Amino acid sequence: MASTARRDVPEPPDFGILKRLARDQLIYLLEQLPGRKDLFIEADLMSPLDRIANVSILKQHEVDKLYKVESRPALSTSDQLCFLVRPRVKTMKYIADIVNADKMSGRSRKYKIIFSPQKFYACEMVLEEEGVFGDVTCDEWSFYLLPLDEDIISMELPEFFRDYFLEGDHRWINSVARALQLLNSLYGPFSRAYGIGRCAKMCYELWRELEEESEGDSQGRKPEIGNIFLMDRDTDYVTALCSQMVYEGLVDDTFRIKCGSVDFGPEVTSSDKSIKVLLNAQDKVFSQIRNEHFSSVFGFLSQKSRNLQAQYDRRRGMDIKQMKNFVSQELKGLKQEHRLLSLHIGACESIMKKKTKQDFQEMIKAEHSLLEGFDIRESTSFIEEHIDRQVSPIESLRLMCLLSITENGLNPKDYRSLKTQYLQSYGPEHLLTFHNLKRIGLLTEQAAGETLTAVESRVSKLVTDRAAGKITDAFNSLARKSNFRAISKKLGLIPRLDGEYDLKMPRDMAYVFSGAYTPLSCKIIEQVLERRGWQGLEEVLRLLNGTEFSEAGAAEASPGRDSQRTVLAVFLGGCTCSEMAALRFLGRERGCRFIFLTTAVTSSGRLMEAMAETRA
Amino acid sequence: MEWGLREELRDCLVAAAPYGGPIALLRNCARREKSPGARPLLDTFSASGLLLASIPWKSGQVVQLGWTASEDLLCIQEDGTVLIYNLFCEFKRHFSMGNEVLQNHVLEAKVFHTEYGTGVAILTGAHRFSLATNIDDLKLRRMPEVPGLQKPPSCWAVLSQDRVTIVLLAVGQDLYLLDNTSCSVVTPPGMSPSAGAYLQMAVSFNYRCLALFTDTGYIWMGLATLKEKLCEFNSSIRSPPKQMVWCMRPRSRQRAVVMAWDRQLMVVGNSTECIQFVLDEDSYLVPELDGVRILSRTSHEFLHEIPEASQEIFKIASMAPGALLLEAQKEYEKESQKADEYLREIKDQKLLPEAVSQCIEAAGYEHEPETQKSLLRAASFGKCFIDKFPPESFVRMCQDLRVLNAIRDYQIGIPLTFTQYKRLTIEVLLDRLVLRRLYPLAIRICEYLRLSEIQGVSRILAHWACYKVQQKDKSDEEVAYAINQKLGDTPGISYSEIAARAYDCGRPELAIKLLEYEPRSGEQVPLLLKMKRSKLALSKAIESGDTDLVYTVVLHLKNELNRGTFFMTLQNQPVALSLYRQFCKHQERETLKDLYNQDDNHQELGNFHVHSSYSEKRIEGRVGALQNAVDEYYKAKNEFAAKATEDQIKLLRLQRHLQEDFDKPYLDLSLHDTVSTLILDGHHKKAEQLYRDFKIPDKRYWWLKINALATRGDWEEMEKFSKSKKSPIGYLPFVEIAVKHHNRYEAKKYAPRVMPEQRVKAFILVGCV
Repeated sequence: MASTARRDVPEPPDFGILKRLARDQLIYLLEQLPGRKDLFIEADLMSPLDRIANVSILKQHEVDKLYKVESRPALSTSDQLCFLVRPRVKTMKYIADIVNADKMSGRSRKYKIIFSPQKFYACEMVLEEEGVFGDVTCDEWSFYLLPLDEDIISMELPEFFRDYFLEGDHRWINSVARALQLLNSLYGPFSRAYGIGRCAKMCYELWRELEEESEGDSQGRKPEIGNIFLMDRDTDYVTALCSQMVYEGLVDDTFRIKCGSVDFGPEVTSSDKSIKVLLNAQDKVFSQIRNEHFSSVFGFLSQKSRNLQAQYDRRRGMDIKQMKNFVSQELKGLKQEHRLLSLHIGACESIMKKKTKQDFQEMIKAEHSLLEGFDIRESTSFIEEHIDRQVSPIESLRLMCLLSITENGLNPKDYRSLKTQYLQSYGPEHLLTFHNLKRIGLLTEQAAGETLTAVESRVSKLVTDRAAGKITDAFNSLARKSNFRAISKKLGLIPRLDGEYDLKMPRDMAYVFSGAYTPLSCKIIEQVLERRGWQGLEEVLRLLNGTEFSEAGAAEASPGRDSQRTVLAVFLGGCTCSEMAALRFLGRERGCRFIFLTTAVTSSGRLMEAMAETRA
Repeated sequence: MEWGLREELRDCLVAAAPYGGPIALLRNCARREKSPGARPLLDTFSASGLLLASIPWKSGQVVQLGWTASEDLLCIQEDGTVLIYNLFCEFKRHFSMGNEVLQNHVLEAKVFHTEYGTGVAILTGAHRFSLATNIDDLKLRRMPEVPGLQKPPSCWAVLSQDRVTIVLLAVGQDLYLLDNTSCSVVTPPGMSPSAGAYLQMAVSFNYRCLALFTDTGYIWMGLATLKEKLCEFNSSIRSPPKQMVWCMRPRSRQRAVVMAWDRQLMVVGNSTECIQFVLDEDSYLVPELDGVRILSRTSHEFLHEIPEASQEIFKIASMAPGALLLEAQKEYEKESQKADEYLREIKDQKLLPEAVSQCIEAAGYEHEPETQKSLLRAASFGKCFIDKFPPESFVRMCQDLRVLNAIRDYQIGIPLTFTQYKRLTIEVLLDRLVLRRLYPLAIRICEYLRLSEIQGVSRILAHWACYKVQQKDKSDEEVAYAINQKLGDTPGISYSEIAARAYDCGRPELAIKLLEYEPRSGEQVPLLLKMKRSKLALSKAIESGDTDLVYTVVLHLKNELNRGTFFMTLQNQPVALSLYRQFCKHQERETLKDLYNQDDNHQELGNFHVHSSYSEKRIEGRVGALQNAVDEYYKAKNEFAAKATEDQIKLLRLQRHLQEDFDKPYLDLSLHDTVSTLILDGHHKKAEQLYRDFKIPDKRYWWLKINALATRGDWEEMEKFSKSKKSPIGYLPFVEIAVKHHNRYEAKKYAPRVMPEQRVKAFILVGCV
């Protein structure tokens, strides 16, 4: 980044230990089933597993063949089967079917189920109902945290978003609390905690309870992370729904980054095979452009390639000894850099092809007017046309949601007509999708008959017992208004423009959206950290309709310490690359380090897909 | 002794637990035949003779009493039933030694302790042996028959060798060894052939040594493996001793056997001499780890080999360093310069550290606090003259002696020796104090030794509380209050465990009160479920924030309540409800419908039907499901959804017709795609019809149609269409689409018709600038 850091940013703690812990436990669990065995792995655990223990480690611990847990039964001949799965009812049935089939054919094998990150009673219940509970042994692999990068830790639980925010299912809260406990024990104690959102509050409280129970001796250790900020995804949907403009975000939107790595297809690699690339701080090229606005990436890359060429060119004037030195020491690094550079240039071109088309520019324009709140009519017709032309079901849905949430709901006429158009274009099953979106508060109708208070009274009637604070999220989202416009005004999210916004020399976090909008989530974090609490933000809080908290731990350390300038930002329900870029920018400006803990790295596409009902 | 017995010991069944443990007496049992009215009395005493409890014996004839390693009393009845009582004669449980024993009765029984726990061995009336090595994990073993055994063996003992429990028995002049499978005759090495018949045998505390007494008064002492003789002795007493036990100290080479006759006690060992004591009254011997306890009506004595450290110091005219140090200290106190002389003497030999250690060690073996003090004083004195003598052993000994003196007090009555105490460990000692309900002392010891709270104080408090809930004379409120007062928030206390105890004692109300104090809601739930307070359990589970727990309760409730009540319960607990819904979605879809029906959630019912329509294979089934959805949507006043679903039904029917007419898959296409496909296939009329029937907006239809036509390459039709009426989407899309399909010629046709403000763009696209 071009701007110079005001203060030295603290180095992130070493999260490698998290990987080692997970690996050691997995090996221990595998050894619990001595002898050769076949391992069945849940599809969405494959990539995370790969980051923890590769095939050769598994083979060392007598894993024979690897299978994917999928709908059709696998033909394994081993006498010992080990299943590495998420605690899901569907998977339990799959396993039960295998066991029952073996029973029918009179075959006896050993079965072991390893749940990650934890076992749920419901799963055992299903096993029991299917009559195989006695035949299997169950274990837990407490693999809560996967460090994706030096400052990103992911729980790799994309279903968290739908489960909690749509279905009102609280089962993952425990996992989050345990993850926090683990981080606190390794890198804490965290001396200050802030948070906003019901889920954040529940996680925080449960974590505190766990801490009290365990009585871990955290005194006397030097904390590496001093502050923690928890945020619910539903505090800010707008940011997550905007088209991403920073390089990492665009790569994610275009190619889908999966577990910290991306598959660049033939159109990028300019060969006939695709290449898997690990995207993290180790990638010298990527680490310098990931946070940049797309418009400045090309310039940077060409500069970089000139530099590289210059370095190559140095060998012209070399004598033999220097040449030997060059080949043995520098050439490899240069080649590596060269390879990465050409990949990223390829990726850029590919993105450019898609994004510089007129459509995209118009879409960005429409998005920006939605954010700023003018020309709503025009944007609405843009969306309508988008739907009519069947551009993309997910994109259409995203734009509709963005319209709804910035406008506090659609007016009844638009609400009906857009939905009708959508159903005609993309199929009637999306009727259920719309229901989901309404429940979660992403696509709503401006309240005509039913006022807010009416809903509130209905909710409060239902909530009579002590658990009141923790329930009825589904109802709550009905009552929830985004109040985006008012919040935006209050926090100054739309930067005043005098002249062109220089995207190469960003002034504030708004650069991640081409200077048109400062991400709300990041703005809240900035404000709270600056004020060391929520004082002065009462009005915003009222508009956000959130449950906020701010607690100081026992150990209030001196603010000069590195740990006090390290903030663990916890996103419950997912965090986007743009938000990370914005906060990294903020960190450089303020001389502090943000560590991201997210239930999964998300994007507008993933959020929409989580809501979409498909014909299964 | 405090007990003031009227009976003679020989008239009672006596059992005393090792490690200074309690004594049990069953009185009157012998006189039963004479006066059947008088019931026998079962008493337990502390080792100092304080009465712990006394109950009239109401069960059958008792053959043998014994104590388990955890100080429970075993009463072995004639019929093979073993009753287990605690220290306070409260009945705990019983078990039987099997049918064979029941039929043939118990002739003799022995209680023994091995590394597996406490065992019971029985000789039945049929002269067979049955044994159980661990009464807590009862596995009965019937030993093989001894060939030709017609009368009961004269004596027998249980041996434990290489983790196997075996029985050694003597019949006349023969010794038999019974293991699991076989019976073998054995001869002890070095046994004099004229020794005669065996009358008595004794196994040492550690099962290492064996002593045999024959009717010629000959005593053979050797290893229990019968591989080696240690020594022999001829007592010339021909009557069998009443009791014969080993008296030895761990790691000592001096081994001795103590024999008791009515009025005589004899100690024999590896020497030609023996020591004899006269017994004033009837006595009972209790073998211990490091000696023998001798119980009588009036006294309780401990006979042991004097440990080497004590010998060195207290031997007359001893010049051992410890003895000199003790002397030096005494002189020092008298302010005599002899102190220096003694000290020098030790120092010259460079034996001062040994002297100090000796004094410390010897202090441990002393029972009199005064002697302990003088030895420790000597040690402390000697320590001053040594550089860097590690203080731990001294401090540790002072602490240990403080604890030992406290428990040896006759009020407590646990006469542990230092050696026994070290073997027993402080944890077990604390357990024993807790068993005796000596909570305050136990806590004081914990505090004194600075044991960690969880290990020490809180464990004891929890035991106290568990005892407290059994006090039936106090009201629930009082007990709960008292417990909370005392326990407060002490770490490591589990209120739920105490509550569980209260519930076991039949005090559910108290249990609930106690559960209120439990800070971890998760801990409350299992007990509440057990107590059938499911609804309370449910709200507690929800409070805990642990969804897994909520699931547990919900699924428990599902089985416990009838469906209606179950649903009603869930209605009031949205968190539980949504969890259950999640579960049903995957596992029991039909239940989901019932759930929605229950609370008239027509919207969700509609969604449910739409969902299930997807799994219907046949089109009629699908339409049926959708029709249901329409009804529900209407009920939910969601006209939009109803209309949309009706449209879908219409579309489905139409698609089926199309499918039949054109023999092409149309089902499951969206309306847009259906029309588009029709145009692609050239069925323009049909497409028109759908456009009108479904009121497709003009804009959409135009987009759709030109796209499809361009894809089809039907430029003629496109031109016709463009002229059919004024385009609602303008003419730029025509240009764009033609360019997209690389048809510049066609594109040019439309460029002039584009609106003026977009015309430039159109021409640029076409390439005519």
